[in-house]
Amino acid sequence: MKPTIPASAVIGRSRRRVDGRSKVTGQTRFADDLSLPRMLHCKLLRASVPHARIVGIDTARSAAHPGVHLVLTGSTFPIPYGVLPVSHDEHALCQDTVRFVGDPVAAVIARDEATAAEAVDLITVEYEPLRTYADPADSLRFPEPRIHEYGDSGNVHKAVSLQFGDVDGAIAGADHVFDDVFFFEGNTHLPIEQHATVAAKDPDGKLVVWSSTQTPHYLHRSLAKTLQMPAAHIRVIATPNGGGFGGKSDPFNHEIVVAKAALLLDRPVKICLTREEVFYCHRGRHPVLMRFRTGVTKDGRITGVDLQTLLDGGAYGSYGVASTFYTGALQTVTYDIPTYRFRGCRVFTNKPPCGPKRGHGTPQGRFGQEVQLDKIAEKLAIDPADLRLNIVAPPDSLTANYMRIGTIGLADCVRAVVASSAWKDKHRKLPYGRGVGLACSSYLSGAGLPINWNDLPHSGVQLKLDRSGGVTAFCGATEIGQGSDDVLVATVAEVLGIEPFDIRAVTGDTDLTPVDLGSYSSRVTLMMGNAAIQAATRARDLIAAAVSRKLEIPVERLAFAGRRVFDRESPDRGVTFQEAVCIAEAQCGTIGTTGSYTPAKPAARYKGGGVGPSPTYSYTAAVVEVEVDPETGWIVVPKVWIAHDIGRSLNPILVRGQVEGSVYMGLGEALMEEQAFRRLPARLSNALVHKFPSLLEYKSPTFLEMPEVHTDLIESMDPSGPFGAKEVGQGPLLPMMPALANAVYDAVGVRIDEVPVTPEKILKALKLKADGKPARVGPAAFPDNVPWPEALMVTPPWEGGDGRASNEPERKSKRKAEAGIEATAGVRS
Amino acid sequence: MTVQPGGKLRLALSVNGEPVETLADGYKTLLEVLREDLQLTGTKHGCELGECGACAVLLDGEPVLSCLVLAAECHSRRVTTVEGLTDDGALHPLQDVFADLGASQCGYCTPGILITARALLDREPNPSRDQIKDALAGNLCRCTGYLQIVEAVEAAAARLRGNS
Repeated sequence: MKPTIPASAVIGRSRRRVDGRSKVTGQTRFADDLSLPRMLHCKLLRASVPHARIVGIDTARSAAHPGVHLVLTGSTFPIPYGVLPVSHDEHALCQDTVRFVGDPVAAVIARDEATAAEAVDLITVEYEPLRTYADPADSLRFPEPRIHEYGDSGNVHKAVSLQFGDVDGAIAGADHVFDDVFFFEGNTHLPIEQHATVAAKDPDGKLVVWSSTQTPHYLHRSLAKTLQMPAAHIRVIATPNGGGFGGKSDPFNHEIVVAKAALLLDRPVKICLTREEVFYCHRGRHPVLMRFRTGVTKDGRITGVDLQTLLDGGAYGSYGVASTFYTGALQTVTYDIPTYRFRGCRVFTNKPPCGPKRGHGTPQGRFGQEVQLDKIAEKLAIDPADLRLNIVAPPDSLTANYMRIGTIGLADCVRAVVASSAWKDKHRKLPYGRGVGLACSSYLSGAGLPINWNDLPHSGVQLKLDRSGGVTAFCGATEIGQGSDDVLVATVAEVLGIEPFDIRAVTGDTDLTPVDLGSYSSRVTLMMGNAAIQAATRARDLIAAAVSRKLEIPVERLAFAGRRVFDRESPDRGVTFQEAVCIAEAQCGTIGTTGSYTPAKPAARYKGGGVGPSPTYSYTAAVVEVEVDPETGWIVVPKVWIAHDIGRSLNPILVRGQVEGSVYMGLGEALMEEQAFRRLPARLSNALVHKFPSLLEYKSPTFLEMPEVHTDLIESMDPSGPFGAKEVGQGPLLPMMPALANAVYDAVGVRIDEVPVTPEKILKALKLKADGKPARVGPAAFPDNVPWPEALMVTPPWEGGDGRASNEPERKSKRKAEAGIEATAGVRS
Repeated sequence: MTVQPGGKLRLALSVNGEPVETLADGYKTLLEVLREDLQLTGTKHGCELGECGACAVLLDGEPVLSCLVLAAECHSRRVTTVEGLTDDGALHPLQDVFADLGASQCGYCTPGILITARALLDREPNPSRDQIKDALAGNLCRCTGYLQIVEAVEAAAARLRGNS
């Protein structure tokens, strides 16, 4: 049954976003656009070797350089920090060890950038090299020396093992077993804005930090911890981000350095990273090797999935523990998987730290699962779309791993792209060199648990209304380009019956706005939106009661629309919205209301079950068409058809932008983007360095590569979303990579079981095919030396389980246990 | 253009139709002079190596990457930045449709794209879709997936033709 879409004045209308004018006139003030009187500039000295002890640092010449005000080293920053409570493993400047080329070692604060750069070159650092860990094979093979002194063992940061039901029995009893290994190369966010931060003492002597951060709340916490200052004396202002995609979700060393420098010098200090440095900040997509062992019945139903993933984490923890769980958390939310085992392992290597990029941890496993489903469909001679339609997870259900599914529009999405792309006329029917591929996905609409475990709301909104008739909406959410300010004012405008332009949004300022956890995990629309609706409804109720008393109209007959408050039964009887606010202010005094949102408690109660729960999940299906030149391997994508279960589209023009932006970024990952590394020649240093830390050589799609995109929005009206809305910022990226790989197979009959899918790999596979060998390029095997822990055994809901693991050691105290475990939840890009 | 004691250059140029005189360090690019010395921060930077297009401005009406142009080269020349696109306080049709049609998300690449599109429409009032893509191929945008930008340029071109 199709849900009813209610009539709305603002919601569902394609509108210019509230910050649209500011952006097209160049007036949006990004962090590097800020300039303060007496401002100084900071440059960082970064490690030139990948793994070494710092034997000595000589800053004397640098400090004596004309125009230099301050030179800092690690000794000023002894306190570690990190975004997850379980991995506070970073220092603003390295202590005694550098862990990757690009790790910050020292900082110079000088009168201008050029002087700071000159003075950075005058610092000398003596290093004692340590073994370099270039990839997970190194890290698994050599436990010593350890990159960090913490972690599960050796250079293994985290290894987890979860089992839901008798997966071995289910796979053994299956009609067919598919056993495939896939690899997903790392890639990076590449926001066009380079990270920048300005810090200053305000006139009262408190600290103010303006920064291009997606998560001002986490930066606030990290500054309080590392600077040993009361959080109440620190103000973090998130400037609008010039793109984030997850790359500005961690608290960063440069932010802490300039904050400390501003306090020490009592002068404003700015840093703006170079493009090369942005590649070193990274926190992007983890390279993941994975093995999917899947049992299926002859009619294509899954009996069980046994998944192993191996993540190359880079040099620090970042969100990595959560990323690890995310590689296995959402497979069951997409398809009906009655038994499931997930083992994930993240190792440290001497490369820039990986973290949350758009889709956070889920695209890699999604790639493997969707390509394997294509192989299953091929083998069983079932159409890949029909195969998926037959196994879509049921609505209003609990999965084997205790994720609670609400509405699920996935089947509608599949049917939509099958129809729009004319799939049945194309799949296996196009001439050699042309093909189509299909894939599906699901994603969180916000993480169900916070990173720092507590009972506090995930999002808060305050409204101020006064006799001007103006409304100001305050929320800690951060505008990163996705349109969160627009969602905030649109929801308030809808409830109060006024126009978005009547409302001023004040966001991302820890002094002025109530906490919102940040723009990650696709959480803002759902969480901030629900908080905003609550605050606006309270304001409306208060105004309605006052107007009802004044005009003697029963409160339930009052309507708010068209900037008026009036009697529904006699619309001429009423007052303007401004008059209504005056009436309320006269009767009740100054008007302010608040709203907040806290997700319902998840059903999963086993260790690790904190990663994956969400108030609701979005769903996507996509068909990609490709043209592959068998002579050159060159791939052209002429068109993509995509359908997304959005719940409800709040502003369709912005929703379309998120879908098309996801298609674009997904195709970049599928075809060309690689955060890759190489060894410098031995005559230089043999150091492990980023292969191409520049926008030119790190290939990303331009206007010329972007295909035509046909988008269908499926509105399933989710009851947990604001006006029925789910997320759209990340989900539509996920099916692109596997759909492309599946299309390449349809076009030329070769399997590229790794991302990116490049012309070189296609030619290699075609050559193998011509030689009569398996026409596949991809990883050969999954390593057998991963130190898996004993699996936590969790009985699925339909076998009488309660969400707990039967073999989990008794937790010391509920509070402490949850702090450690569920701290891993809630991450995104 | 004269060199001042201490090596600074005295530059006189026209910026957005107004005469401007400034003292600038000789090593500074046009981008740095615009942003740091003239406080015209609407022009952005993504690489300062000529790779992303975010810093595009018009120099004597032609689009250039201001990160690759020395300020010293701009003496006596006309520079147009995003701040100079509006006409008597009214948005240029490109700005108007970019805001209406979702062509700007985070807004960081937007000034460079607007400037480059303006140069295209100045010389080709009725560009084909391929001409628009070719003209903008040097401008990277990570948010939009480009399609709403192409549509906005088409819509602005149509509006400009209707007005002329």
